[in-house]
Amino acid sequence: MPTMTNNTLLDALQVQLGSKIITSEVIYDTLVIEISPSEAFDVVELLKNDATLSFNFLTLIGAVHYPEEKGRELCVVYHLHSWKNAIRLRIKCYLSQDNPSIKSLTPLFDGANWQERETFDFFGIQFEGHPNMTRILNMDEMDYHPMLKQYHLEDGTREDKDDRFFGR
Amino acid sequence: MGLEDKLPSGILLSTVEGLAGYMRKSSVWPATFGLACCAIEMMAVGSAPKHDISRFGMERMSFTPRQADLLIVAGTISKKLAPVLQKVYEQMAEPKWVLSVGACASSGGIFDTYSVLQGIDRIIPVDVYVPGCPPRPEQIIDGVMNIHRLVKHEPMRRRYSEEYRHLLGNYEIEVTNADNDK
Repeated sequence: MPTMTNNTLLDALQVQLGSKIITSEVIYDTLVIEISPSEAFDVVELLKNDATLSFNFLTLIGAVHYPEEKGRELCVVYHLHSWKNAIRLRIKCYLSQDNPSIKSLTPLFDGANWQERETFDFFGIQFEGHPNMTRILNMDEMDYHPMLKQYHLEDGTREDKDDRFFGR
Repeated sequence: MGLEDKLPSGILLSTVEGLAGYMRKSSVWPATFGLACCAIEMMAVGSAPKHDISRFGMERMSFTPRQADLLIVAGTISKKLAPVLQKVYEQMAEPKWVLSVGACASSGGIFDTYSVLQGIDRIIPVDVYVPGCPPRPEQIIDGVMNIHRLVKHEPMRRRYSEEYRHLLGNYEIEVTNADNDK
């Protein structure tokens, strides 16, 4: 039986982190907290090494692009999992589009390596301290980061797609 | 036929070209380039007893392009993979044919997106397209039969012709015949 719920987790986090938690809410049964990007590394390190919280598993690193939110267009999302307490936690860090960079989690989790490369590949977010910050999935010649919303998802090289034939 | 009447029975006359075409089409060795669900259908054609491509002298699936006559491209080609496919095509010895299996290989299919090549004919010449998503094994066999038709009737001089060199030149591929200048 899991002994920790989102409420008790939030209480424990508030004791540990205090004012570092900017916002907190529960989305789809998972606790989501917002942290300043400059503190993300320290917070994750603390959560991993804390004996009771013990967030020992980094499930996912991803990003979201919110072009309409000026000054905080890019959001890096960390999904952490505590096997001991059988509970998950999502951490969001908002970055500006001008120079998006955040400290790499590779010293804490080896699994962060490829996921941070993927996030860089698709969103252009620099992870400082990453041993190999290069593209991982897209072709090396690509000169933009395709998940940013100013770029079209469709292939730009097709000539046969006349909008008149598609009712657009 | 006047001349054959005068020969002992069992002797037929043909042209070298016709005979070579007949023998080539009866022993087309395919190189497989399977990537997605189309590759599963291709495997059903290739090695399953029901469709059994060895009926056509094609059971020797070649996993090296250097000993293959027919490149079967089955599946979605991402732009990152495109140079690899072109390299595989370049490594095949002449004469060589290409069968594009499925919507993705033929046109990008449903993947009209930044990462997917919109048809392999952007990087290599294709002889026969098989539509379908994925095509049934019967459709792939139909495509193979069309390849056989091309192989059987191909003029022996075609691979040395200026038109062929021009065709490959469109894809920035050099003709790999040892004696190019015949």
